[in-house]
Amino acid sequence: MIVERRQWQHVGERMHAGELALVGLWGEPGCAHLAVMDRHSYGLMVLSLPGERFPSIGRLHPPAIRLERTMRDLYGLEAEGAPDVRPWLKHGEPYAFLPAEGESLHQIPVGPVHAGIIEPGHFRFSANGETVVRLEERLGYTHKGTEALLAGASLERAARLAGRVSGDSTVAYALAFAQAVEKALGCEIPARAIWLRALAAELERLANHFGDIGAVCNDASFTIMHAHCGWLREQVLRTAAQLFGHRLMMDCVVPGGLRADLPRQASEAIAALITLIRTRFPDLVELYDETESLKDRTVDTGVLTAALAEQYAAGGYVGRASGRTFDARRTPGYPPYDRLEFDVPTVHAGDVNARVWIRIREVGQSVALVEQIMAGLPSGAVASALPAGAGEATALVEGFRGDIFAWVRMGADARVERAHLRDPSWFQWPLLEAVIEGNIVADFPLCNKSFNCSYSGHDL
Amino acid sequence: MRKLLLKSVVQAPLTEPAPAADAAALAELASQVERAAHRRLGRSLSIREVDAGSCNGCELEIHALNNIVYDLERFGFRFVASPRHADVLLVTGPVTRHMEEALKRTYAATPDPKWVVAVGDCARDGGLFAGSDACKGGVGAVLPVDLHIAGCPPSPITLLKGLLALMEKHR
Repeated sequence: MIVERRQWQHVGERMHAGELALVGLWGEPGCAHLAVMDRHSYGLMVLSLPGERFPSIGRLHPPAIRLERTMRDLYGLEAEGAPDVRPWLKHGEPYAFLPAEGESLHQIPVGPVHAGIIEPGHFRFSANGETVVRLEERLGYTHKGTEALLAGASLERAARLAGRVSGDSTVAYALAFAQAVEKALGCEIPARAIWLRALAAELERLANHFGDIGAVCNDASFTIMHAHCGWLREQVLRTAAQLFGHRLMMDCVVPGGLRADLPRQASEAIAALITLIRTRFPDLVELYDETESLKDRTVDTGVLTAALAEQYAAGGYVGRASGRTFDARRTPGYPPYDRLEFDVPTVHAGDVNARVWIRIREVGQSVALVEQIMAGLPSGAVASALPAGAGEATALVEGFRGDIFAWVRMGADARVERAHLRDPSWFQWPLLEAVIEGNIVADFPLCNKSFNCSYSGHDL
Repeated sequence: MRKLLLKSVVQAPLTEPAPAADAAALAELASQVERAAHRRLGRSLSIREVDAGSCNGCELEIHALNNIVYDLERFGFRFVASPRHADVLLVTGPVTRHMEEALKRTYAATPDPKWVVAVGDCARDGGLFAGSDACKGGVGAVLPVDLHIAGCPPSPITLLKGLLALMEKHR
């Protein structure tokens, strides 16, 4: 919807008042776009304001600040009255970190090359002894110019790019992109494809949750959990490879449906995986729950308040461990989840332990979902031909980390004119800065792993 | 925990047998790795992983090398926290402009003799991101590359075969 400055401003004020949640804020040359969601009805609205300048949303609603800085870096759009005008995704000039003042403060610069096998980013800690006074993140190191590559790309190439915005969420990204394209072109896809997409998405969630649960424990030096969870993750990936021909299921979800149907022995492979998880995982949950020395590290560490989680509309386990009940599979929701039964686990403690527990309970939900999907799997084709045409549409898909927002504008030549993909990490990274405050430096890896934000997904 | 540990004692190991070294990788290495260095390092290689702008897919599979199924350390490979302790830089990603400097510095901080292994299709020539203004287009555009392991991402078995080929040449 094309709006005027007055309406744009009004929406910003409603976000400030807490009525609307920020879903996305992005640009293209000569136009700014804003996606918001009503916090009660979950109605999604996209506003487009033509011009090189727009009234700052970040001035009224802080979650928008980094997005506005990005719009200037990528498209030269100016947010009038923005509270922070430093570049964000664009590097080059020396970066002015925010000051921290007080007695006996020292700075610890970390990254972009970290000690572990993780993505690059810079963390600037200001600490008093062991206690963190302020953490400031500097991201953008993995900026690959993905949006520029998407503009004008063929649909096939664009779908592959979408699946590589954040490799760990490749299914969720491909799904969000495909849903948006299908809506834009008015394409109905076969029921079997819809259900199989959900199967792939739940397997992705399982693999990532196992990996994360183990990795959080590993950061507290409790390696036995890491070993067993890593083994479970490996079994999920092998099943995925058997079913979809790729361990991470890259390029399996395509606009129009799925690249291929399941092989013959699929139900046996899935049944074996489910039995394995149901046999092995409860022992690990018990081990986690009964090891006091481990919980000593995770309980009360890195507490995210419900107010901040709500203000930033934090998705996934980050939000749901701090009282948010939002899950894009349910609200606004998309098929086949309207036909499936599942809970959206929510707890209120907001600490590392809570984020681990949300994952543990989501493993249970995903296993049950996989069973339901296999039981109700419709027969038929797994792809339909995409009609020609042009159009613009959005999609919101629940990845393992939270809701992924996709906006696509298709050109009449079957090419993507413009696309924007917003990672859940945009609204989680700033919260990590908040939760580490007052914790000790040594607990940062635990907090960071419990968030497990995507660098690549954020840096685009 | 006792229950789990006891189970581990009685059941067969979950770690799987090693694959053979990759023939293609061996051939690629033959011309690039100097024999003189092999004797010095013996059968032990320290690896520093550097993500130079990957989508994190390669990292997931490199991580898997450390799990109990592949158990990389039994071959003498070890991931280390600092380039100063490393013999091998395992580099992923199309090398974003923003990571160029950090990658060069990491290389400079790695003592000789050293090898660079480029992992994944992006690391070869930029892959899907080739041609982007924000990317250099592969590790070779910034550092001398000794071995390339293809895949998007390469599976742990493919990675293992490539690394074993590197080790074979070290004998």
